[in-house]
Amino acid sequence: MEPILDIKNLDVKFALRTGTVTAIDNLSLSLAKGERLGIVGESGAGKSVMGFSIINLIRKPGYIANGSIYFRGEEISRYSEEEIRAIRGNRISTIFQDPMMALNPVLTIGTQMTEAILAHMDMTQEEAERIALEKLAKVHIPAPEKRLNQYPHEFSGGMRQRIIIAISLLTDPDLIIADEPTTALDVTIQAEIMDLLIELCESEGMSLILITHDLGVVSEVTERIAVMYAGRVIETGPTEAIIKNPQHPYTQGLLKALPESRTPGEPLYQIPGMMPTLTDIPPGCAFNPRCPMRGEICITKRPEAAFADEHTGHMAACHLVSGDLAS
Amino acid sequence: MKQSLENFKDSYLFYSFKRDKIAMISFAILLVLVVVSFSAPLIAPYNPYDAETIDILNSELPPAWMDGGSTQFLMGTDQQGRDLLSTMIYGMRLSVLIGLGAVVLQAFIGISVGLIAGYIGGWLDNFLMRLADIQLSFATMMVAILISAIFQTVFGSSRYNELAVPLLVVVIGIAEWPQYARTVRASVLGEKGKEYVEAARVVGLSSTRIMFRHILPNTMSSVLVISTVQVANAIMSEAALSFLGLGMPVNRPSLGSLINAGFEYIFSGAWWITLFPGIFLVLLVLVINLLGDWLRDVLNPKLYKG
Repeated sequence: MEPILDIKNLDVKFALRTGTVTAIDNLSLSLAKGERLGIVGESGAGKSVMGFSIINLIRKPGYIANGSIYFRGEEISRYSEEEIRAIRGNRISTIFQDPMMALNPVLTIGTQMTEAILAHMDMTQEEAERIALEKLAKVHIPAPEKRLNQYPHEFSGGMRQRIIIAISLLTDPDLIIADEPTTALDVTIQAEIMDLLIELCESEGMSLILITHDLGVVSEVTERIAVMYAGRVIETGPTEAIIKNPQHPYTQGLLKALPESRTPGEPLYQIPGMMPTLTDIPPGCAFNPRCPMRGEICITKRPEAAFADEHTGHMAACHLVSGDLAS
Repeated sequence: MKQSLENFKDSYLFYSFKRDKIAMISFAILLVLVVVSFSAPLIAPYNPYDAETIDILNSELPPAWMDGGSTQFLMGTDQQGRDLLSTMIYGMRLSVLIGLGAVVLQAFIGISVGLIAGYIGGWLDNFLMRLADIQLSFATMMVAILISAIFQTVFGSSRYNELAVPLLVVVIGIAEWPQYARTVRASVLGEKGKEYVEAARVVGLSSTRIMFRHILPNTMSSVLVISTVQVANAIMSEAALSFLGLGMPVNRPSLGSLINAGFEYIFSGAWWITLFPGIFLVLLVLVINLLGDWLRDVLNPKLYKG
């Protein structure tokens, strides 16, 4: 089947005063219609930059240096501002991390919703309002008619995040990019929102890219995972395979660091060291200074992605997997 | 309509207004002054613009309670025999009108420039803000004096008398717009980085729409606060210009030109022509400033008096 989103060899660079740094290095990903993909990694791994690069909203001084992004078969990374705006918020919606911040405090929910519809569709105010009501009902907001005239401060955090999801649904998009949609919410609401996202993807046939650092959330929601480290995808494959049988030592470390995997009373595990800053990524494998299995080759040669399981498409960029380093 | 009135009654703004005596008194005085001055033709005992009702023999009469005063003229008369109270009421109307007009103009120029400079940024921001800096480096008075003086010589004084009000509005408006531009730009820079702006871009809205619909309303609290201060400033500027003889002409006096006219007679004992308009001017400016002070405290709770 033709993928809805196909990213090929994407390089995103930031032109700083001290020189250019590479925030995303040769990233390739593809996403089928209706598929839910999780992007996992520590802060600064380039997850959000990837999300923004799809809709061409990388903050300056960042730019796409290389590669292409195909959306529904069309190359969108070279689109003009005008052309990309027709896709942004229309075919591809984005959900942000903090529902407290993503709504304009001085406009009513109704205004913000109808405005988003009218920006993309040619219809009357009444029709737009009807769609807004429909979508609010879809995200289980009680009594949506009353809610349209209220301001963001009159809603709780969970309600606001649902409204943001409702806004992202307004134009029946093909793809939703959710950038840590539940980080600012507490755990019970987090589960509710995630269930809602799964439900909507399944009923509407939308694809989802879920950007998060929470492996627990990702394992519940997604079908496939891509693990990012220092701007590269270091492991990708079906969710189950990655959770049950991680290949890259970094993924293994992440899973080991989950509080669930420890016996009570013992200190939590953490991967030693820090993610390198983008200005000095170590030669060879970017993870080598922190890697417990490091060998000679890891310091000199950058590993390429290799199949761990050709059947499921489970790949990892590690010398252990490609067989260059004996475990 | 009824609903929004109800909302206002429950609002924090109204609540803090009720608890602040100074704000309440200031507002009451301001309300009286504005209502009286705008209903001048109904309230004032005489029409100072109507030359037929003026009798030169009545000139420089002291206030009614003094020796030689007449009950006809409560606060005395000026050097032309006009009733001072009526002239002051009419004059205040002009002062308030010019003040408001100038502030509307300032706000229009300043907000547009500040919004564009702050949102678009880059060289345009630099260009516009340097323009504002240049404008600010000329003292308001200097610009105003220059423009009015040139205008008076070019158009002659009879034409000038007709156009004095719009001219003063333009002069004061142009001289003070950078205040708005700077304030708005600073707020825009703060708002621009917020996530709701990013969210609006992600939804696919155009820059113009984001600027005017999303960012502008969020900068309104600071605009409101400087607006009160600027109205007071504009009234003062107008009075100062008129005092220097570059503002309103004597046959259509504002408070400033009345003070100026009376000033020549102050040593011949006719102190009331200067003093009464002076008191009214101070009162007007003071209550506006006090209200502005209160508004700033309400809208910006992080700032404390102290």
